[in-house]
Amino acid sequence: MAEILVLIDHVDGSVKKVSLELLTLAGSLGEPAAVYVGAGADAALPTLAEYGATTVYVAEAADLVDHVVAPKAELLAQLVAEKSPAAVLIPSTAEGKEIAGRLAVKTNSGVITDAVGVSADFVATQSIFGGSTIVQSRVTTGTPIITVRPNSTPPQAAPAAGTRQDVSVALSPAATAAKITERVTEEKGARPELAEAAIVVSGGRGVGGAEGFDVIEKLADSLGAAVGASRAATDAGWYPHQYQVGQTGKTVSPQLYIANGISGAIQHRAGMQTSKTIIVVNKDPEAPIFELADYGVVGDLFNVVPQLTEEIGKRKG
Amino acid sequence: MKIVVCVKQVPDTWSEKKLDPASKTLDRDSVDGVMNELDEYAVEEALKIAEATGGEVTVLSMGPSQSNETIRKALSMGANAGIHIQDDGLAGSDAIATSLAIAKVIEGRGVDLILFGSESTDARMSVIPAMVAERLGLPQLTFANKVNAPGDGTVTAHRLTDYGYDVVEASTPAVVSVVEKINEPRYPSFKGIMAAKKKPVEVITITDAGIEPAAVGLGAAWSEVADFAAAPPRAAGTVVTDDGDGGVKIAEYLSTQKFI
Repeated sequence: MAEILVLIDHVDGSVKKVSLELLTLAGSLGEPAAVYVGAGADAALPTLAEYGATTVYVAEAADLVDHVVAPKAELLAQLVAEKSPAAVLIPSTAEGKEIAGRLAVKTNSGVITDAVGVSADFVATQSIFGGSTIVQSRVTTGTPIITVRPNSTPPQAAPAAGTRQDVSVALSPAATAAKITERVTEEKGARPELAEAAIVVSGGRGVGGAEGFDVIEKLADSLGAAVGASRAATDAGWYPHQYQVGQTGKTVSPQLYIANGISGAIQHRAGMQTSKTIIVVNKDPEAPIFELADYGVVGDLFNVVPQLTEEIGKRKG
Repeated sequence: MKIVVCVKQVPDTWSEKKLDPASKTLDRDSVDGVMNELDEYAVEEALKIAEATGGEVTVLSMGPSQSNETIRKALSMGANAGIHIQDDGLAGSDAIATSLAIAKVIEGRGVDLILFGSESTDARMSVIPAMVAERLGLPQLTFANKVNAPGDGTVTAHRLTDYGYDVVEASTPAVVSVVEKINEPRYPSFKGIMAAKKKPVEVITITDAGIEPAAVGLGAAWSEVADFAAAPPRAAGTVVTDDGDGGVKIAEYLSTQKFI
């Protein structure tokens, strides 16, 4: 069975959930082979093996992670040439998509981004135009390079050998032309990452101000959720721009999305329409967001949301 | 400093977009075209850098004839000249072919900085800046929310990441893409709009650019849309009016769905 290369997303050896999802997906397409770049491989190996990696290609050289995007694409291009995989799967993050783009140019291959599923014949499903249209696409030239969105496949343990194989690549001067001289971590507390979170709690215009996000954050914390915001809220400066969900912000596809005080303009819907379950709280019964609601409450979010937070606290004991 | 800023005409962000059943590409006739919102930030950044370093800004767009409106908008904001890559043979080009055409046209012009918006609001792939950097062998400083290009042959950017940002340094020439809110894009002034009418826009065909016709367009795409359909409508949910127990009711619903 042909190998499916999966580029692993991790933080110093702590493997991100999306990588396990991609290993599970790869297992339905062929033989999953993880590609691990950077330090900390020893810590990651048992997890990668548990989720189905038969081989783990490890490239620990600092040069690969100290330069923007290009070195990872060069490493993958070398592996594509050497191993002739049936496909390459990459997490559909900002960096993942850029790696995929460069890899496609290098290997003369077609690329599909933002897939939400891939079938056994490598037909990728994409949800485009803000979730209004479902597209089936396939790569027709070269090795299919597909970036897959987080939360597309439930990760399933499928123990495999996870044999470590160290690889090195001689980087071209162009690949090391943009050097990362410092990594700055911004305080964001213990909440999960917005794009990866299983639950997202969002606030919009109805939140009324920066201080109003306090009730949104409390609800999020009661559910272990990430906090999102509509463009109206980020444009007004009530919540930082990097938490914006929508057409010009992040696209999320969590198991549960709770929209509070958000009217549901197409700009916002484009970023959350594919969420599995959607809860809406809005005082305007005509708000278009109710069209998406699995369960909605017409009411003042400052009454409903704190009560919900309290009730969740009680039920969780 | 010589700066090229690449812009794309896209359907208005607020419009309903659909695919054309025959070509399975975006139906551009049924919607109003505007400059991709994120590109406005790239134009503004280009103008700021040019003003600070005594440089000049050329705006480049690939697309059908209507893309001229988007080029004119950038010119009315203050860009000095335009390049319009326009050829029927380009219709349906995928990202691979688009990056090829852009790289071919920019190559050899002695450009110091190539600026992009970080993604288009229609295709949303975010791959073109990286692909153009790859093709031209240039450093890539993408997803920047801060750019410093003082005109001394260096460029520094803050590249947004999951955890915060990376400080990235490179020498020019370089490719930079910028994110929303990096700056406050200026509105074209009346004077700017009038001046834009007289600014030169070079129209380039694929033959002019020395691009192999077989390398671009729908027929050359390395991926294809096999099929598409409107997303199935979501099943109608339950909507209740808060009678003082709305929060409890949601908790009950979450409990039946096993979220709590």
